[in-house]
Amino acid sequence: MRDAAPASDIDPRDIRDLVTPLAGLEGPLLPMLHAIQEEWGHVPAAAVPVLADILNLGRAEVLGVISFYHDFRDHPAGRQVLKICRAEACQAMGGAGMAAETLVRLGVDWHGTTPDGAVTVEPVYCLGLCACAPAAMIGDRVIGRVTPERLVRELGA
Amino acid sequence: MKVWVPMDSAARALGADDVAKAVAREAAARGVDVQLIRNGSRGMVWLEPLVEIERDGQRLAYGPVAPADVAALLDGTLEGHGPVEEIPFFARQTRLTFARCGVIDPLDLDDYAAHGGLAGLHRAIGMDGAEIVAEVTASGLRGRGGAGFPTGIKWQTVAGAVADQKYIVCNADEGDSGTFADRMIMEGDPFTLIEGMVIAGLGVGATRGYVYLRSEYPDAIRVMTEAVRIARARGLLGPDVLGSGRAFDMEIRKGAGAYVCGEETSLLNSLEGKRGTVRAKPPLPALEGFLGKPTVVNNVISLATVPVIFERSAQYYADFGLGRSRGTVTLQIAGNVARGGLFETAFGLPLGEVVNDIAGGTASGRPVKAVQVGGPLGAYMPVSKFDTAMGYEDFDAAGGLIGHAGLVVFDDSADMLTMARFAMEFCAVESCGKCTPCRIGAVRGVETIDRIAAGDAAAIPLLTDLCETMRDGSLCALGGFTPYPVLSALTGFPDDFATQREAAE
Repeated sequence: MRDAAPASDIDPRDIRDLVTPLAGLEGPLLPMLHAIQEEWGHVPAAAVPVLADILNLGRAEVLGVISFYHDFRDHPAGRQVLKICRAEACQAMGGAGMAAETLVRLGVDWHGTTPDGAVTVEPVYCLGLCACAPAAMIGDRVIGRVTPERLVRELGA
Repeated sequence: MKVWVPMDSAARALGADDVAKAVAREAAARGVDVQLIRNGSRGMVWLEPLVEIERDGQRLAYGPVAPADVAALLDGTLEGHGPVEEIPFFARQTRLTFARCGVIDPLDLDDYAAHGGLAGLHRAIGMDGAEIVAEVTASGLRGRGGAGFPTGIKWQTVAGAVADQKYIVCNADEGDSGTFADRMIMEGDPFTLIEGMVIAGLGVGATRGYVYLRSEYPDAIRVMTEAVRIARARGLLGPDVLGSGRAFDMEIRKGAGAYVCGEETSLLNSLEGKRGTVRAKPPLPALEGFLGKPTVVNNVISLATVPVIFERSAQYYADFGLGRSRGTVTLQIAGNVARGGLFETAFGLPLGEVVNDIAGGTASGRPVKAVQVGGPLGAYMPVSKFDTAMGYEDFDAAGGLIGHAGLVVFDDSADMLTMARFAMEFCAVESCGKCTPCRIGAVRGVETIDRIAAGDAAAIPLLTDLCETMRDGSLCALGGFTPYPVLSALTGFPDDFATQREAAE
């Protein structure tokens, strides 16, 4: 991922170069959006007309798809993304209290980013770690039987 | 010396990577020749990281192992559990779908073939499409994703459709809390899913397949992507599958965090690059599915079970089970439970035996209060229903559903009004917005439950009425089945609703 550049600095030509090789896929829009987000950490507004043009879609249609999915963000997240599972199996193991305390310790609410830009916290509904609940994920790294202390330590926050 | 340290997400979430590093470091320091294999999980999650060492031709189990235990592990002085397959939780299972999971190196195709892999496909290659479909029908296999629809009938419909292109789509959007069987098999034995999809393709005349895999499973995405690459390089996928003269190829596609995309028509829309909204049925996806073409949409476990049916025969598979629930069910035991994990067994065990006997009751040591079976859209089963047998019809008769066979255990500290409220809140967050009962009903449901919590008894019939509307008026199971957890909480645990009311008075 490139350093999070202000959205206005992202050149539409770079977006086009990145996604054009995917245009031959059947159902290419989601792979394109994932590629863009992987590259820039979010889906910049500048991507919408580019995708609409390549795929012969309306801009509203492209925006509608972006906004439908929880994964796609319109601005960069913090340097680390912490996802805490809120689903039933984790609740059965005290997940709700664990999440609430973690949020207090980090001083953010769900979807919030710490003021220093270090951590964004998001809810997730199931990580498939239901037999070692409660569970969380930092970036792509999964953690089971998690405590607020452990999370704060792992984040270096 | 052979040492196995799982690379399954659950094992990694409990520190398996650090243990693997410690094994490599300690072996190097001692100058011992250790072959370190990163296998899948055996499914005994409470013992993870579960390390196995081969001694005298047996695989001995140790766990949970911490990096600090590794010296003793290699010395042979660490206390273990004996041969892994003699651990009672494991020994009681019938492992058909998961026969190789945790046994082999997931990305070693030769290891896969040495353990029965590809035998089913070789047999299928000798059959025509109609014979393949007939074999699946005879096995009695039903969709393991939750709906329990007979797989053979679905395949028959696609096989009978005339089109220039047909598809096999694997639903790997395993979003239900308490379920992880799809993740485990994709991380621990990915070739069995690929083989199942190839057989499906040969059976119905489809040459292309997709696995729609949720983005919350980065490890599974990595393993499956690599497995597809290997399968293509080795001729298992491509224009001439294992020299059969028939073509099949497939891709892994990543979801984007929408629970509703586990519903097959939403999934198809999402795969096409659209919003993941539900489509009305008919037309069935079997006739007009991906890009409007005839499409088999099957769950991971359904497809991953196909190879063993062809390897051992449909009759062998059908001989396990209960009534019209044939074969094995992959129980996923989770939540507040002493021995959580994956337990594959023939259909028919009573729920109480699974929870109390196999899983050993709660992790907290407190009494069990409820078990939610079948994910966030499944009913909360009270202890009074513990004699319900694990079977599609038995659960239906008991007012529940077996779904993807996930069991989430709660102890007596759980508040069922809170859980009912959460079910409505979850539906509100994840609704695709297409139909009104789900989109609006879920929001009103949260408000109505809040009124009950605040002491408004008149809100209870309103909630019941709302649930009826959602059940009867929603297009898909998200809105249609959210009433299961809500009403089962209300009727099974009335005290939690009454207590709140009295407290407020």
